[in-house]
Amino acid sequence: MTVQADAVLKVSVWRSSGPGGVAAGEGRFETFEVPRHPSQTVLDVVTHIQRHCDPTLGYRFACRVGVCGSCAMVVNSEARWTCRTHVDKVAEGGRLEVAPLRNLPVIRDLATDMSAFFDKWARARGQFAGTRSRREGFAVVEPDSEARRQVDLGIECIGCGVCYSSCDVVEWKPDYLGPAAMNRAWTLVNDVRDTARAERLAAVAGDAGCHACHTHMSCTERCPKHLPLTAAIAGLKRETTRALLRGEL
Amino acid sequence: MSAKAWRTRNHPAYWAFVVHRVSGLALAVFLPLHFWALGHALAGPSALEGFLWWTDNAAVKAAEFGLVVALAAHLAGGLRLLALEFLPWREWQKSLFAASVAVALAAGLLFALSAG
Amino acid sequence: MTPRAQAWLWLAQRLSAVVLAFAVVVHLATMVYAVRSGLSAGEILDRTRGNLPWLLFYSSFVVAIAVHLPIGLRNVLAEVLGWRGPLLEIATAILSAGLLVWGLRAAWAVYAPGAA
Repeated sequence: MTVQADAVLKVSVWRSSGPGGVAAGEGRFETFEVPRHPSQTVLDVVTHIQRHCDPTLGYRFACRVGVCGSCAMVVNSEARWTCRTHVDKVAEGGRLEVAPLRNLPVIRDLATDMSAFFDKWARARGQFAGTRSRREGFAVVEPDSEARRQVDLGIECIGCGVCYSSCDVVEWKPDYLGPAAMNRAWTLVNDVRDTARAERLAAVAGDAGCHACHTHMSCTERCPKHLPLTAAIAGLKRETTRALLRGEL
Repeated sequence: MSAKAWRTRNHPAYWAFVVHRVSGLALAVFLPLHFWALGHALAGPSALEGFLWWTDNAAVKAAEFGLVVALAAHLAGGLRLLALEFLPWREWQKSLFAASVAVALAAGLLFALSAG
Repeated sequence: MTPRAQAWLWLAQRLSAVVLAFAVVVHLATMVYAVRSGLSAGEILDRTRGNLPWLLFYSSFVVAIAVHLPIGLRNVLAEVLGWRGPLLEIATAILSAGLLVWGLRAAWAVYAPGAA
């Protein structure tokens, strides 16, 4: 395939500091030149850099078709799935800037430590708690019910971290659970089979929970699956308030 | 905020947050002064009159207009937030509502206060 | 402060917001009228002196502000200055007490101003 001489991308990539560990925030942008192709994605670009320019570049991906969320990075200041971001859509004047997800420690270059993200998921009680065993019949969930509709709106989250990276409250308050964890809690609050409602509402209330959300809606704006995350958190505000007034919180 | 930092925050709900926070802070600074000013009446009308004399200048008048706008904006934004948190409105509807309330209030008040 | 207590703070701020929505509209309408009728100290006090309904209105207004403003500012102090724990809660409480005292003082000052 011939590549036009002027079809070259200038790509600034975040590199952690030298070997032996990374101090928080330390690093610099390094610029690479990458040949431009039609239908090229940002993941293609990062992969090219690692394979042909600098094999020490650290980054993460898996499915490369938009179902796993592993390739989430910050491209031109906006968190995205790089495998589903066409270069033509984001490159400005032939330039791209690629950085790791924000609000998470950087392991190396473009790969972040997602532990805190998933720890908060657990802290928000984002796990189903049921009582039936295989010996009992299936639980009945009315598909037309409002509760089931609410679950449907938020259940497709794959835990990519884009919303967490985009949230200012996460940046300002290190304890803040974040949109993904609370959205998952919301789907469980609306799950009629779940039995841990009281504990879950207690887990998502307060300064580290739903009450700290300022409705910036950056999470909803950036979510690659267009989940109504802010609405889910607002739902938690209503449910925790209800529990509070009933003396159940 | 740098251009880069603003880029991912450049959407209506975030603008609404900035307006709400800035107007809230402006009101928070103003209110103690407002209470202090009115408290002068405890020493009699002439004490209050003497204090108000200091406020009769262009800079203070401009600040008063700014505060009226800030109050209208903070009220409208607050109503929008209450709708977002308690009612099933879509986000764009709420932003439209808030913007229209703010514009109407501010415009009406500025007009009314500018006379006399 | 427990999450439960923080949830109560959030609710108190939303409820006081509803009270303030009404109070602010009334206050702004009053200001429009006042601007037209005269804003000298004497003219202001002529309208408020001995006026019990206004005293009750302004006192309620002050109470709502003493709830709403400090809780809002508490968020800003925590997010911008990083204040936590006793420092944050004591600052918030002091602010609330101060607004309550100075605000009620101002409301009383225009109800029962001192001798001229």
